[in-house]
Amino acid sequence: MARPDGAVALVTGASKGIGSAIAKALAADGWLVAVNYRSDDIGAKATVAAIEGAGGTAVVLLGDVANGAPDQLFTQAEEALGGPVLALVNNAGVRADNLAIQIEDEDWDIVLNTNLSAAFRLTKRSLRPMLKARYGRIVNVASVVGPRANAGQANYAAAKAGLIGLTKTVSQEVARRGITVNAVAPGFIETDMTKDLLADVVKAIPARRAGQPEEVAAAVRFLASDDAAYVTGTTLFVDGGMSA
Amino acid sequence: MATTVTPEAVEKVVFDALPQFGADPSEISREATFEDLDVDSLDLAELSQIIEDEFGVQLKGDDVGKIKTVGDAVELVVSRAG
Repeated sequence: MARPDGAVALVTGASKGIGSAIAKALAADGWLVAVNYRSDDIGAKATVAAIEGAGGTAVVLLGDVANGAPDQLFTQAEEALGGPVLALVNNAGVRADNLAIQIEDEDWDIVLNTNLSAAFRLTKRSLRPMLKARYGRIVNVASVVGPRANAGQANYAAAKAGLIGLTKTVSQEVARRGITVNAVAPGFIETDMTKDLLADVVKAIPARRAGQPEEVAAAVRFLASDDAAYVTGTTLFVDGGMSA
Repeated sequence: MATTVTPEAVEKVVFDALPQFGADPSEISREATFEDLDVDSLDLAELSQIIEDEFGVQLKGDDVGKIKTVGDAVELVVSRAG
């Protein structure tokens, strides 16, 4: 089935970095995009401006996915863009790195809540319009450190591994309704969130460079497209060979 | 605005919805089991959404998990309407 006209894509954490690149890529592919952000309204507006400058349609959508009610985000997105949310990209994520023995409960909770629990709540909510439309695309932005060990990120790794588990199970539940659920697992991507890590890590990457947000966005664009209608429950690694 | 909950109204919505999940319309009755109609948990989850949209009545997963027949579903909705 082809994507219905007027379909909306909701991208969380889309004011900068990977999320912003994803929003732009989806808009270029014809989605009407809701650019969700928590506090960086300048970045979110710049993302929308870039999309509109390229001929696409987008709106900013303020909301902290870790604390807000999903209903509000969905209602606002659908009212602002005039169509049902049929693509959800769970990209919003935070880090609070430390060795396990030193991770405070608060830092465990915030990372799990933002990176995993919020994705579950939004996924659950997104299934309503997707089931009605018999069409949906859910893409969860996981990480290579979900399936692969990385000392100092037990909370982040647990959340990202959990996201992959969520992806697989939900994909099975809704596959026959034309809804695909996949994950992308970026390796080390040049963004604000990784700038303090990159110098040490590049040596361990077979491609000998960090990835760019646009390279992750291209993978998401594919998984959200009609071309990927038979792809579900999978994780697409965008990591320069790290996990091979 | 939500439709008023009556057993007849709920039965109509349920009976009208079931064929989209593959149920044979000629086999739908209050006594029919969802198993016999080949209606599974995803179908029932979707039916719950239809009920919520029509009547404003929310059905929890645990409640839906216990219903076996079409009649059980109708009675559940009526009882949850309060």
